[in-house]
Order: sequence, then structure tokens, then C-alpha cells
Amino acid sequence: MTSADFSIVLPEFLLAVYAMVALLAGVWFGKDKLAPTLLWITSGVMLVIAAWIGLAEVGSHEAFGGLFIDDAFSRFTKVMILVSAALVLAMGTDYMQRRGLLRFEYPILATLAVIGMMMMVSAGNLMSLYMGLELQSLALYIVAALRRESEKSSEAGLKYFVLGALSSGILLYGASLTYGFAGTTQFAGIIGVVQQGHLPIGLLFGMVFLIAGLAFKVSAVPFHMWTPDVYEGSPTPVTAFFATAPKVAAMALIARLVFDAFGQVPAEWGQILALLAGLSMVWGSVAAIGQTNIKRLMAYSSITHMGFVLLGLSAGTAEGVQAMLTYMAIYVTMNVGVFAFMLSMERDGQPVTDIKSLNQYARQDPTKALAMLVLLFSLAGVPPFLGFFAKFAVLQAALHAGYIWLVLLGVIASVVAAFYYLRIVFYMYFGKETDPLDNRMPAIQWGLLMVSALAMLLGIFNLFGIEGAAQAAAAALVN
Amino acid sequence: MIGLEHYLGVAAALFVIGIFGIFVNRKNVIVIMMSIELMLLAVNINLVAFAAYLDDLVGQIFTLFVLTVAAAEAAIGLAILVVFFRNRGSIEVEDVNVMKG
Repeated sequence: MTSADFSIVLPEFLLAVYAMVALLAGVWFGKDKLAPTLLWITSGVMLVIAAWIGLAEVGSHEAFGGLFIDDAFSRFTKVMILVSAALVLAMGTDYMQRRGLLRFEYPILATLAVIGMMMMVSAGNLMSLYMGLELQSLALYIVAALRRESEKSSEAGLKYFVLGALSSGILLYGASLTYGFAGTTQFAGIIGVVQQGHLPIGLLFGMVFLIAGLAFKVSAVPFHMWTPDVYEGSPTPVTAFFATAPKVAAMALIARLVFDAFGQVPAEWGQILALLAGLSMVWGSVAAIGQTNIKRLMAYSSITHMGFVLLGLSAGTAEGVQAMLTYMAIYVTMNVGVFAFMLSMERDGQPVTDIKSLNQYARQDPTKALAMLVLLFSLAGVPPFLGFFAKFAVLQAALHAGYIWLVLLGVIASVVAAFYYLRIVFYMYFGKETDPLDNRMPAIQWGLLMVSALAMLLGIFNLFGIEGAAQAAAAALVN
Repeated sequence: MIGLEHYLGVAAALFVIGIFGIFVNRKNVIVIMMSIELMLLAVNINLVAFAAYLDDLVGQIFTLFVLTVAAAEAAIGLAILVVFFRNRGSIEVEDVNVMKG
């Protein structure tokens, strides 16, 4: 029994063992000298585990009496988390090394956060949900404040910590109410209680608190206050990490919770998620208009995108979940490309974040400017690119579920959002002449920028099998 | 006779005090940390009361997990606060304002 359980959690287990060994090695071999090597090894280990999970046999398994679920849904999201975390770690190496930020703790904390995320997407119980979430959050609070001597970075860490702890508290209060009124913390048990009739008022309160706590983690409006500040204050590689893997994990956790525990009452949580989605789409688009810092801009961009993802989820159908998973995969790919470019934005060796510094960039480096153009058009959801199809699928799922007003709102919001993406393109091609940015860009950043831009074009014809995998994942979750 | 609802009432009151402590407090970040701790302890009262009421051990196990995580969280929070204090020389809430959001 126990050995069967351990064979199911083996990927997480090995990653945890690796984190411990890496910690020992870091302390043993003179600390930060080892950091770059460790970072590359971590990245490699994550990719290997992603391939292993991706190629594993199909089917659903439960471990430790339902605490841990391994099914097509969790495997799909785990591969997404591991690959994006590995790529983001690898592409930030150069940036961190040149600014003396590359301490050996960074890859280890990232590994621990990834283990937490893998726990989150596999959670089958309120307790494993909470432990996974906290493992992820505690590691992320520290990496936000990684640049110890910087006022901005430590402030970002402090703000993230206070609001993150508040959201954990709210989530826990919801968990305690759910436990009290359902008599169990097991998702399978909660759904049994809900099945007997409509949702009891105590469970409704519990569910609302749980969703509110998780909405903090995906930075859905009105729980988004921390996002712009944390994105701006953290070192750029860490911001890139925040914008990819944790978002996937938190969104998958919401999906897991609402379908596995409250799947019998989709109308109840559908309304809440639809409200969050509408507010996020509108506010994320409108508030970004006045931003000139590209990191803050990406923060609002992520708020808008999370709104669209929540819209797919609020449909409460397998179609909606499939659209949401495909959207997340495309969103992560776009973000990796954009952040690879942002990491190379510097003048005289100093990082620049003002979008006006991109003036006339197209004349300086047409290839990179073109790749950015493709990515920004795709983020805005302009038709020929992949981002449009992601948005289209989500809106279609919401339309089939009857959220007509919300779909209209989504279309209007994406038109508004297009303004600030296209403004960057405008600066790159038609802006006023200013001091040019440095031309330096490490091969890995250049490669990831080009690959993700190419994926936005090639993806129109062939999604590299993501569609089928997302469909299988959605079918495993919704039944 | 003290019943389940009394415990839930106390826990709800503590939880709300904790939330207000975070949002209304304009003085000191340490007070925010205490408010966070208050929220988590309110949840613990809830869990233990439910566990006793339901005659089920799961709630008490959950409480132990929450206590452990709360300790780790406080340690990390204080560490970040120390880093912040070194940079700013202050832990007033009003001084947490380099970036406005």
C-alpha cells in the first residue's frame, strides 16, 4: 500500500530530495560559487521530470487515502509548471549573475516552490491543498525579496508577504467552515454532502472564502492590489517566474476545488468566478493605460489574462476547462518570450523598464523587434496570431454557458487592452529617436524569444498536441 | 452550557479583528504580523471546535498543520521585515511606499 502510494508521488518526492541535496551541496562547496551550475542542473532536473510525467502511463490514481490525486489534469498542468519554471530559471541566469543576485538559495527556493505547485494541482483534500499552497507561497515571498540591498525588492517582499498571509488566512477560514459543515476535508466527501440537495449556507460561506483566498493567488480583481508592486519591485527573472508557473498552479487549484468538491453546484461558483472574471478583464485593461513601466504593464496584462481564464472556468463545462488549459499554455508561452526580451532591456549595463526606452528599437534590431511585435499582437489577441484563438475558445465556452454580457465585456476589454500593447509596438517602430538600448542578449534569451514568437505563428496550424492533451485533462476533471 | 456556536462566534470575532488589524492599522508592520497570527488562531479555534462537535480527529490534525505553517510564516515574515528595516530604517506602515499601487 505505502509503496504504491510512494510510486505515485515519486516525481515530487525526487524533486524534494534533489532540493535537500542541492542545499547541502551549496553549503558544503563554498556557497555562491556553485550557484550558476546549480541553476542549470535545477533547470535540467525539472525538464527531465516534466518529460517523465508527460510520458507516464495514462489513468487516474489516488495516493495516501485520497490526499493526492494523479490524473490527466494534474499531469498536464505539472508539465506546464515544470517546463515554464525550467525555462524561466535558465533565461534569468545571465541577468542575475551580472548583478550579483545569483545566490545558491535561488534555484533551491524555486525548486521548493515548484514542489508546492505540484502538490497544489494534485490536491484531493483541503489539508494537502493548504500545505501545497503554503510551500509555494513561503518560497515565493523570499525570492521576491531576493535583492536584499534594494528598497524596492524588500518592499515587494513585504507587501507580497502581508497580502499573501492575509489570503492564506481567508482561505483557511473557508477551509475550516467547509470542514465543519461537510464533516470532512476530502473533496470526494464534500461533493457527497453537496449532492444530497442544494448547497447548505455554511458550505456556501466556506466556498466563498476558499475562492476569495485563491483569487488572491491568481491576482483576480478585487484581490489584485499586490500584483503591480510585487512585479515592479522583484528582480526581473523573479517577476518572470511569478508571471508563469504560480499562475498556472493557482488556476489549476481553483479548477480542481470547484469541480472536485463543488462540482454539483456549478451555478453557485459560476456566478462568483464570472464576477471575478468580469472585474479582472475590465480593470486590468483600464488601469494599464496609464502605466509606463513595462513590468507594471505586464502585471496588469496578467490580471486581464487571468480574467479571461476565469471566464473559461466559470462556464463550468468540459469545453470551458479545455479552453482554460489551452489558454494557460499559450499565455505562459507568450510570457516566456516577452520576459526573455525584457531581461535584455538595458542601457550601459543597467536594466531599463520604461517603455519609452524602446523608441525606434526596430531600426536598431529588426529581428527582435519583429518577434516582440508578434508576441504583443498575440497578447492583445489580434486575429492572425495564436492569442486570438485562445481568447476565442474561452469566449465561445462562456457563450455556450449563457454568459452573453460577460462575453461582450470581454471583447470590449480586449479592445481596450490592445491599446497599451500596440503602444509599445508604436514606440518600437515610430517613436522619437532616443539613446539606444544595449545590443547585448544572451543566446538562451534570444532563442526563447524567437521560439515563442514562432510558436504564435505556427500554433495557428498545429498546436503541437496541446489541444488533445487539454481535452483529456478536462475530461479527467469534469465528469 | 457553552456550545458550538459560542466557539464559532469567538472565532469569527477574532478573525474579523485580525482582518481589521491589517487594514485599519496605520502604525507598525509588527502589528500586522500579530493580526495575521490572530486570524490563523481564530481558524484553529474553529477547527478544534468542529472536531470536538463532529467527534472527528481530522480537524485537530489540520490544526497541527496550521500551527506549524504559522510558525514558519512568522519566521519568514520577520526575516523580510528585518531586510526591509535595514534598507529603510523604519517599519512604519506609512513608509512602505516606494511603489504606489
